[in-house]
Amino acid sequence: MTTTEEQHDALRSLLGAWALGACPRPEAAELELHLRACSECAEEAARLREAAGWLAVDEPLDQPGSLRQQVLDWCLARRPAELPVPAWGLPYSAETAKLDALLRDLGPEEWQEVVELPWHGGTEYLRPAEVLCHLAAVDGYLALALGLPDPVPAGPGGAVAPAERRVPPQEPAAVPSAPRVPPQGGRFAGITERSARLAADQAGRPPQSVRARWRRQTHELVRTAVLASQGNTPVDYGFATVPLRDAFVDRAFECYVHGEDVARAVAYPYAPPAPQHLRQMVDLAVRMLPHALAGLRAARPEHAGAPAAPPADGRDGRGGRLLRLVIDGPAAGEWLIPLDGTAPDDRQSGPPGGEPVASMVLDGLEFCQLAAAHRDPDRLPVGEHGDRAAIREVLHALPLLSRP
Amino acid sequence: MAAPGPMATPGSTPRWDEQLQRRLARGEETALGELYDQLAPMVHGLAGRILADQAAAAQLTREIFVHVWEHPEAFDPAQGSLRSWLGALTHRRAVDRLRLRRAAELHAPDGPAEDEIREVATAARMQYVVDSLPQSLRETIAVTYYDGRTYQETARRLGISEQAAKQRMRLGLELLATELAEERARQCAAHAGGEDGDGGT
Repeated sequence: MTTTEEQHDALRSLLGAWALGACPRPEAAELELHLRACSECAEEAARLREAAGWLAVDEPLDQPGSLRQQVLDWCLARRPAELPVPAWGLPYSAETAKLDALLRDLGPEEWQEVVELPWHGGTEYLRPAEVLCHLAAVDGYLALALGLPDPVPAGPGGAVAPAERRVPPQEPAAVPSAPRVPPQGGRFAGITERSARLAADQAGRPPQSVRARWRRQTHELVRTAVLASQGNTPVDYGFATVPLRDAFVDRAFECYVHGEDVARAVAYPYAPPAPQHLRQMVDLAVRMLPHALAGLRAARPEHAGAPAAPPADGRDGRGGRLLRLVIDGPAAGEWLIPLDGTAPDDRQSGPPGGEPVASMVLDGLEFCQLAAAHRDPDRLPVGEHGDRAAIREVLHALPLLSRP
Repeated sequence: MAAPGPMATPGSTPRWDEQLQRRLARGEETALGELYDQLAPMVHGLAGRILADQAAAAQLTREIFVHVWEHPEAFDPAQGSLRSWLGALTHRRAVDRLRLRRAAELHAPDGPAEDEIREVATAARMQYVVDSLPQSLRETIAVTYYDGRTYQETARRLGISEQAAKQRMRLGLELLATELAEERARQCAAHAGGEDGDGGT
């Protein structure tokens, strides 16, 4: 039997698919007939099939999430770093590494899963690559503060005009058209808009390249922060300005929360932050709480419990009530939360006198999940002592710290 | 078509390797973290496949990274990528350990144990090669082989032409076959050398 040059080439191009068992039966039969007659093809077929045989090996051991910290600690104990990462950068390093490790294992179908990202104003629905764009877009505020390039492409003045753009970037004050978005939705218009712009920019790219880009930026951020900053650099989020040291903890927290959102969507396990990192997250949330309490009272005045207004004792709010927060679990610690004051920044200098009106005890991870609006404040297991109304108020204020 | 070697991965270009080496020498903790993030899956995966033991794999991973962190100058960019250097180092140490373990179990590292070690080492090496394939080839092979698709289905799924799918499968397997032949040759050489060594003790 003779085969034309053209038929030979056509059959030969099938060899890879054939070796993988990926040819429909008639094509495979035709090729196998050809192999009996063509030693050139037969030789390649044998080589490729032998190689394909090695694809069927066992899955490697799962890399335990705690291994990274163990290895790094071990290395640093043997040779201390000359340029160490400051404590405020460590949660971000760890959480971005953890998310990256999860994404490394995602298959093509898992990149198509829809991830639910709840926050106190609703739920966002994004694919994993879009979640990365969201994280990268907000991380971009830190990049800008550190003098790095903004990952988000220039606004609609440019050549690319993303169709889904909802709010023009120069008018963040404009009230979003969707009526069910609470009034605060407007505060986060900048975040939403930047995330959508970056997602539109990256929409055509393979997910793994979106991941690589996000990962490069996270590495760049930590590296630049270590080399260039003492942690006081102001970072402008659009609706608030915070020092870099807090911004990094905030970003670590969001990375953890959304990493877990992604893991849930693809049914993978996801480990909580290391205890010392969790404690830093709790501490940041505690310091932000007075703002959330003020927001809660502004939105729902009837919610403010018995003393609706700060006690008018002539001490400009500094004599206000306190609540003792006791975190148990691995991140154990104690914090005093001013319920009526708005000057929480000098926690170190000691709160104004007076016994706390209430104490609440809860797990550190649950506290953070509540701050991310991933828990129902009325169903959280909380140990309560003292003024229950004050405790309820704090529990309901916490989710207000969440953002889209 | 571009012909990237099987070790070409985005984070592992010669420039990246040398920059990272300099940063490790300077004692930048971030460089250690990046090194770990980039190469720990390979190191730990390879160690795990050869040693088949979680604790042993973790311990070897720790040892390998300590070695690089304490001796970044030991890496010679002229001899290949950081990835391939660490791969070879991990492979060597893991196989050494496996031999010790087998020797302790059997008191005689004879025929069958050696064959088994070679088999395990080859499987680990091939998986490492698969992991190092260029993304487009790896993805095509993974979708086809592990999900049991025809090349037409794979083409549709990945949004590429059937011709491109066939080409990728063939090229990917060709790269694997080449590595396989080299691995076999290496083992033959090592085995011959190993027998001499054993004979002397």
